[in-house]
Amino acid sequence: MKNKKSETLEDAVGRIGDGATLLVGGFGQPGVPEILIDGVCDLGRRDLTIVTNNAGTGHSGIARLIEEGCVSKLICSFPWAKESFVFKELYDTGKIELEIAPQGTLAERMRTAGAGLGGFLTPTGVGTDLADGKQTMTVEGKDYVLEKPLRGDFALIKAYKADPRGNLIYRKTARNFNPIMAMASDFTIVEVQEDVPIDTLDPEVIVTPGVFVDTYYVTGWYAIGKERSA
Amino acid sequence: MSEQTNLLTRQQIAARAAQDMEDGWLVNLGIGMPTMIPAFIPKDRDVMFHSENGLIGMGPPPAEGEADQDLISAGKELVTMISGGSYVHHVDSFAVARGGRLDCAVLGAFQVAANGDLCNWRLPNQKSGSVGGAMDIAAGSKRVFAMMSHTDRDGASKIVPERTYPLTAMRVVTKIYTDMAVISVTPDGLILDEVAPGLTADEVQAVTDVPLIMDQVGIINVAA
Repeated sequence: MKNKKSETLEDAVGRIGDGATLLVGGFGQPGVPEILIDGVCDLGRRDLTIVTNNAGTGHSGIARLIEEGCVSKLICSFPWAKESFVFKELYDTGKIELEIAPQGTLAERMRTAGAGLGGFLTPTGVGTDLADGKQTMTVEGKDYVLEKPLRGDFALIKAYKADPRGNLIYRKTARNFNPIMAMASDFTIVEVQEDVPIDTLDPEVIVTPGVFVDTYYVTGWYAIGKERSA
Repeated sequence: MSEQTNLLTRQQIAARAAQDMEDGWLVNLGIGMPTMIPAFIPKDRDVMFHSENGLIGMGPPPAEGEADQDLISAGKELVTMISGGSYVHHVDSFAVARGGRLDCAVLGAFQVAANGDLCNWRLPNQKSGSVGGAMDIAAGSKRVFAMMSHTDRDGASKIVPERTYPLTAMRVVTKIYTDMAVISVTPDGLILDEVAPGLTADEVQAVTDVPLIMDQVGIINVAA
């Protein structure tokens, strides 16, 4: 049986190249794969497009990636928060591009990509600025906006436990976008707190089946949101 | 505003809105003032809170020493889960919202129009805003209650004949809770249900840019 575990951080993230689109899990700080992001920072990649909910917190995680100049475009739902000051500074000086999507639309666009669909119709955003330039349709008397799939070259996600096949379970609100992003990329990289032997995870409660996972790296527990750059 | 002392506090507005959360409802609360509502829900009512980051059955902030770094609200505050709660991923969380499973969403607002248009995600002079889940939740919830100060910092009415701010969702607001009044949005017009103690219906109308129907105006009970 193939074991999907990466023994080193570089093995896990090393294949990410310049210009890649990365789906990065997390809402606020829970569920952000901070160790994987540190690994991407250490690679010194440039011109990355990041799809994630927030625009980074403090100087760690996504904020570190942005601060080190690795990111040319951010697609997110909630960019303007006081803790996202690193993003704001780069945005205000024209060094980073921003695309805003309603949070549910952001999630569903990735699910749609993962499910092999060509888009979906949502009532969200009808008549608003965020529907500008998008096709609208009326179905059974109700108006909808046509939204298109959003796929990543890579997904960087965080889970609680993984088994050798890459089956995953998550922890509390650290689940958030992670299972969706796992489905929606060409290559899904997971950081997990703990790896467990095969048949340890109850198949009835596995949230992400290993078919959506390419590799995982074990980090152990760590306090989230702390600066740990070398 | 000459009647500053008769305006409700943020807690009093939350307490008033809490009285309208019905037994058995699943409710989503926007960031800010709406998050004060749970503390004022009458004890005999079973009201569950949905937090769009994946929590159905959100509980109060954790006791000292019991915080879990992986358990936060959509406002990124540390929270707890009530018994019988569940965790979901983002697609399921927004299926709850868009799919009509939210009985009510209580959201802050910059502006509410007479037809129920909600504006709460971006100011007109900003080139960009933080939409978060506001558009999905406002578009999908069975009811949307707006909670806001009655007037802006310049004293201008936040209840307007037609919206001038960027739209969040069309014709969704059914009830408005302010520091001066409780107002129902109906096809017949805006009905002034209640005014804050010490205020008259005419005083509320004087700072509201939409004609209010004043057939039966009560006084907001702030004892709760």
